[in-house]
Formats: sequence, C-alpha cells, structure tokens
Amino acid sequence: MRDFIIRRLLYAIPTLVGISIITFLIARLSPGDPIRLFTFGIKDFTQEDYLRLLHAYGLDKPIPLQYVDWITNALRGSFGESLIYHRDAFAMLVERVPATLQLAVAALLLQLVIGVPLGVIAALKRGSWVDGAIRVFGVAGHAVPAFWLGLILIIVFAVQLRWLPSIGLLTVGHDQWDIPDRIRHIILPAFVLALTGIANYSRILRTETLDVLAQDFVRTAHAKGLHERTVVFVHALRNALIPVVTALGGILAALVGGALVIEQVFSWPGVGQFTFQAAIAKDYPIVQAGVMFTSTLLVVSYLVRDLAYAVVDPRIKVG
Amino acid sequence: MATTAATARVVPVAVLSRPSRSLWNNALYKLRRDKLTIGALFVLVILAALSLAAPLFSEYVFHYKFEQQDLLHTYEKPQLDNIAYLLGSDEIGRSQVVRLLYGGQISLFVGFTAAFFNLTVGVALGLGAGYFRGVLDDILTWVITTLNGIPQIYLLLIIAALWRPGPFTLVVIIGLLNWTGISLYVRGQTFALREREFITAARTIGARDRRIMFRHILPNVLPLIFVLAAIDVGAIILLESALSFLGLGILPPTPTWGNLLTNAVSYFVRAWWLVVSPGAMIFLTVLCLYLIGDGLRDALDPRLKTH
Repeated sequence: MRDFIIRRLLYAIPTLVGISIITFLIARLSPGDPIRLFTFGIKDFTQEDYLRLLHAYGLDKPIPLQYVDWITNALRGSFGESLIYHRDAFAMLVERVPATLQLAVAALLLQLVIGVPLGVIAALKRGSWVDGAIRVFGVAGHAVPAFWLGLILIIVFAVQLRWLPSIGLLTVGHDQWDIPDRIRHIILPAFVLALTGIANYSRILRTETLDVLAQDFVRTAHAKGLHERTVVFVHALRNALIPVVTALGGILAALVGGALVIEQVFSWPGVGQFTFQAAIAKDYPIVQAGVMFTSTLLVVSYLVRDLAYAVVDPRIKVG
Repeated sequence: MATTAATARVVPVAVLSRPSRSLWNNALYKLRRDKLTIGALFVLVILAALSLAAPLFSEYVFHYKFEQQDLLHTYEKPQLDNIAYLLGSDEIGRSQVVRLLYGGQISLFVGFTAAFFNLTVGVALGLGAGYFRGVLDDILTWVITTLNGIPQIYLLLIIAALWRPGPFTLVVIIGLLNWTGISLYVRGQTFALREREFITAARTIGARDRRIMFRHILPNVLPLIFVLAAIDVGAIILLESALSFLGLGILPPTPTWGNLLTNAVSYFVRAWWLVVSPGAMIFLTVLCLYLIGDGLRDALDPRLKTH
C-alpha cells in the first residue's frame, strides 16, 4: 500500500510539469509584447529603455531559462503582479477560493444526495415508468446546456416568482454570517452545477445496482431469509457504491470546469469567473495563477480518487 | 433413434437457410427495434434538414431574411398571425425562427467537423500507443494526463480570449483539444485486442504492423468509435455553445445557438422567448445525439461501458 501511494504521488509530478509548461507558454506565445503593453502611452520611451526593461524582467534570456525562472517563482506562489490591479496575482486569486469551494461542495452534496438514490430506485423498480423517467433524466441531464438552464431558472425563480436571488454570494449589506441568506443564494447555481453529476450518478448507480443484485451473494442473502431491505441496503448497496468513488474524478473535473460558466451566469465571485475576466483583459499573471491553481486542484483530486479507490476496493492491484 | 437422426439433419438445414448475421447486421436488427434511438435519429435528421434548408425557409416560408430588421416590430411575442414571428422577434425586429435555423447550420457544422478532427487524432494516437506501447505509450499517457489536468473550458476560453480565432480555427482548436477521452478508450481496447489469438495468428503468417493495426484491430474498435463519435458531436455542440455564449466563440452577425443566447441575456426580462428557443434547440440536438450514442452502444456491444 505504501509503495502504491508513493508511486501514485510520483506520477503526479510529470503531469504538473506538463501543465506548468502549457501555462507558461500561454503567456509567452500570446500575441502582444508584454513590455509594450506595460509601458503603453509613456512618453520618451526609448529603445534603450525598452532593452533595459527587457533585461530587468529577464525576457532577453532564452525561453527555457525563462521557464525555469517562472516556475521557481510559481512554486513560491508568486505569479507576479496583476497588470490591472497592481496587486499580487496569487493573493488575489486566493481571496476568490472560498466562494468557488462553497459552490463545489454544495454541488457535490446535491449530486450524492439526489443522484445516488435516483439510481438505486431506478434499479429496484426496473422496467417500471419510474425507471424509465430516471433513465431519460440520466441522459437529459447531460444534454442540457448548463448556462441556459441557469438563465431559465433565473427567469422563473428570480424574475417571475421572486423566490430566490439571482446573483452574488449574499445580499449586499447583509451580515457575512447570515447563513439563510447565503443558502438562498447558493441554491440555484449549486443545482445547475450539480445537474451533470446527478445524471451521471443516477446512471452509474442504476447499472451497478443491477449488476450487484444479479450476483450470487445477493441470492444467498435472499435464501438465508433476510429481509428485502437488509439485502438491498446492507449487502447490495455497499458494493454498488464503489463506482461513486471511481466516478469522482470525472465529476470533480466537471465541477471545476463547469463552475467557470455557472459563476459567470450567476455573477458568483469565484476563481473561474475571476480567471475568465482576467483572460478577457489579457491580465496574464492572474490567468496563469488561475490555471495553475485549478489544474493543481484537479490533479490532487484525481490522486485522492485513486487512493480512495484502492482503499474502498481491495481487489485493485496494489503495487 | 431414427426419428432423432432425421430431425437432427433437418434442424441444421433450417438454421443454415437463415441469412448469416454479421456484427453490423445484428446491430442494425437490434437498432430497428429500438424505438427511442430511431426516434432520436429521426428528430436529428429533421433538425439537420431544417438547418440546411434555412435559406429556402427564409425565402419561401417566412419571407424574412436572417439579417432583416424591422424597428416597428421589436420584441414581438411568439405568434401565428405573422409567421416570421413564429418564435418572436428580438430587440431590432429580427425573426427569431429564421435566425435559429441559420444558427443550426453553424452549430451542427462545428459539432461534426470538430468531432472529425477529434476522432482522427484520438483514434490514430490511441491505436498507435496501444499497439506499439513502450516510449510512445508513455509519451501519449503523459500528454493525456497533462491535458486532462487542465479543465478544458479554461484552456479553450484562454486560447479564445488571447488569440480570438475565426470560426474555422476555432473548430480546429476544439478538435485538437478534445481527443483525450477517445484516445484513452481506443488505447485500452487496442491493448486488449493485441493479445488475442487472431492477432498472433496474423503476425505468424507475416502480416506487417500497419496491416495488423488497420485490417485486424481497427475494425474491432470501430463499434466503440461510432458510439464515441455520437457522444462527441453532442459534447462539442455544448462546448461551442458555452464558448459562444461567453462571447468568445463564433461572433455575431453569424448566428449560432450559443451567441443567440448571449444576445438574449441582455433582454431576458422583456423577452424570455429569446432565451428559451436557442437553448431548447441545443438541448434537443444534444439529447438526440446522446440517445443515439446510447442506442448504438446497446446495439453494438452491451458490454461497453461508456458512462
């Protein structure tokens, strides 16, 4: 087990190196000279000044050396100053993390609480209209454009019915710890973000539960005269839940990626919205910090998934 | 004894007289009985035909060009009185239904073209890595884990924001970013197939690598590729619509389902119908593609698990 963990940890390193190279190249290859951009409009800016600045920022070095400089700083959490706000890019990004984390955790909870029971119910009522409805939902949930669903929900619940607020973390002027207000704000974006995962879990759990229910040990449990409820919840469900862990990787990726669009629709001040707006404004340090941060988060969550998988399912080859 | 021998001789004849069923025949047979998939295919074909015939519809049915404006009829509600405003009109009196049809052309074009690039790259790399293994496989795995490590929408948005590509470049970029899933599936299948006896047999009689890959392995991976293709086109249409919605995909005045929505957002309090119809079109198209993907999977190989 220890070997497995160590090996899996080491595998993450080349991935992170690859991601950092892409992130570095985003800024280096993008059109526009950073020095010109930075000093735009300054009078009496001579060629000599230009070269001096180029040297000062290390931009006259060959690209591989520039990468080494950049990654050394990035590892210390320094991506440079934002070109627009003139503050440390990484520090600004970190301020946005709690909002995204709240949204992601809320969505993940909704996925588990709604998606898993749906799948199990569909499997237990196999062939009935309930099963049919859940299966259609399982496909439809993937096919809905999330941003559109967000807009429709805003029109219905915020504009027409006025039940829920449509934008932001909490009502302006309210106390930071006004939890009911925060919950009212998070319901719509979290549900939209969760939808793909709910559909995914309902599909996976349905197939898995059907698989497990057809296995010998379930028949044995029935033959022993155990209650239907005991068979389903104690014997079958525990085994059917393994793919909940396996699917987590894809679901987390969808959460992190989907959050960007949802945050934009609901004006949720998270990492995704911040990075997106920085990309529009060509604020490279923030874009780089944003991409590195979310990607690292994703790589770590893949890692956690693999380790959890090894713990949950002892059949997986360790080592 | 005599009677059993007689029937034993008769039964095989009866079996033989039935036409032999190949994998594809069998799949076709199963598909024909799968009403949901056939229905989805039918709807998709209609949607595609409507979009392709958009110029005809705008000329002969709605008598309204897609860029035509009418400032006296802004924010018209969906109605039957004036057929051009069947799905309402926007803030400068353009016909929503005509623009929707034209938008379909672009969205479907993007979906199918980008999926073609995806499949070409994904299948070629997956097949190569799965077959040759070794260093090639290590490199491919590294590239895939790296690309999968960055949320795709981030990469795409950043590329789109910094370089502002045109529609065709965008299609190529989506095509070149989205192949990792396909190539992982193909690689996995190739891994399993190359250990099978018929491959060993082919190698024993002196078949070259290229022949084994394209004549023996590829046909066996093909069912999987069809399933992945249907799902891939749907996923790309969703991705393009999100990108266009954020203002970084295909830009107006070329209408796509995504950028019709961007425009609609500014007016959604006054004209909810502008929001409903483009999204419903995306939803319907993608739903059909996913249903077709599901149906194909069940028909071709129920053992395939492509959640």
